[in-house]
Amino acid sequence: MMTMKGYPRSDGRKGIRNLVAVAYLVECAHHVARQIVTPTPESAHLIGFPGCFPNAYAQKMMERLCTHPNVGAVLLVSLGCESFDRYQLERVVAESGRSVRTLVIQHDGGTRATVETGRAWVAEQAAILQDAEQVPLALSDLTIGTVCGGSDGTSGITGNPAAGLAFDRLVAEGATCIFEETGELIGCENIMASRAATPELAIELRASVEKAARYYATLGYGSFAAGNADGGLTTIEEKSLGAYMKSGQSQISGLIKPGDIPPRGGLYLMDVVPDGEVRFGFPNISDNAEIVEMMASGAHMTLFVTGRGSVVGSALAPVIKIAANPHMYERLSEDMDINAGRILTGAASLTQIGDEIFAAVIATASGQPTKSEALGHTEFILTYKSFEPLGPACLPL
Amino acid sequence: MSSQTDPRLLLLSPRDNVFVLRGAIDGGETVVVAGTEVQFSRRLGLGHKIAARFIAAGEKVIKYGAPIGSAVCDIAPGAHVHLHNLASDYTPTHSLAGSRTDHDAATGNKA
Repeated sequence: MMTMKGYPRSDGRKGIRNLVAVAYLVECAHHVARQIVTPTPESAHLIGFPGCFPNAYAQKMMERLCTHPNVGAVLLVSLGCESFDRYQLERVVAESGRSVRTLVIQHDGGTRATVETGRAWVAEQAAILQDAEQVPLALSDLTIGTVCGGSDGTSGITGNPAAGLAFDRLVAEGATCIFEETGELIGCENIMASRAATPELAIELRASVEKAARYYATLGYGSFAAGNADGGLTTIEEKSLGAYMKSGQSQISGLIKPGDIPPRGGLYLMDVVPDGEVRFGFPNISDNAEIVEMMASGAHMTLFVTGRGSVVGSALAPVIKIAANPHMYERLSEDMDINAGRILTGAASLTQIGDEIFAAVIATASGQPTKSEALGHTEFILTYKSFEPLGPACLPL
Repeated sequence: MSSQTDPRLLLLSPRDNVFVLRGAIDGGETVVVAGTEVQFSRRLGLGHKIAARFIAAGEKVIKYGAPIGSAVCDIAPGAHVHLHNLASDYTPTHSLAGSRTDHDAATGNKA
């Protein structure tokens, strides 16, 4: 077994990467921020929020992401006139003990000068982070998210149950595991509620799925893409049951919303569907929105199961790509870390693939780049939402 | 029932009334479903479903031991179970099937 080492942070968490986050605070600063990270893609990752209207969810998400355990230093890139509260964000990052600097394009000489200043600051910080002290890291220090994207009829019978087996092992070792997308758990509410740690939590779990069903019914579309149907999936319930397999068999310890950090190890459901009336459009417009939300809740990495063949990675937190479909694996093997399609061809058992995923988590936490990471994937998306605080029965005592 | 069933078909739970295809099966091929030979009229891909027995209109379709929607018409044993005969009990399914057929007809593409 590889030795896992992490970067210690002031809040007690540990990072498995030590990156400079470069964050644009409105779309108008996006180009400048992207130019800043371009020469140093391995040490600086681009994140940001495009909107100019203030939004409490986006503020919380950016605060959590800029103090994510994999982040060692933060450069904020502001246009200057946007509504985002850059002062509070800078204060939160500074209070976490990380180096932080804000560049304001309107004050700092425009595009060329801001890019130049930003690149110099990033290079200086990256050199410091490279030599940072590392401490031993245990599985119980890790938070791992799971998502499925580009699903087909194989996802629910190979990759997802294998990811579920890996989750069971990780939870048993004290890790924090997050599964999500309540819109893709429609039809699973009863079986899921039966796994809740308390009867009160069971009510909350059921309510979160009922909220998702109402929300999607108003929008007129389920969380179901055309490619899902090509792959043999017919209804949202069918897709849900397949997706649900990722959660494994462990007891469900709690319910969190994006940006809530689980208080201790265990298995958590993330409720990603906004509260209140339908506003701002679809809850998660693509898979990376879900990955970003789990990162905001502390996920060091994400297990991504795909049948049709998604190639995405993520900024800040590595993505382990699990191919559910053996034919897709043949076409996209350079993008896939694990071939769970071997379960269908008879070349491997579900348990073997679960063990491979578990080993990949350890390798990734030990610093080995995943396929998407090595290919330079750093997708990121953050849009408007609004949430109410968690109910009292949602978190373990 | 399963002892008389083609090994290319997967029954995920004993309560299920659909099989999942472990690999593609071509049009013209014959599979044995619940002791009866059924000939496929067209190719079906890996991950698609066929009825494991007669499913009446309005009956729940069961996969993973849980309902995945309701049959919108009677479904014969061995028939493809998909968008044309199964509907969600929650939200309707959106697919590009109609649009693609029109596109392929206009461009001479063969699916």
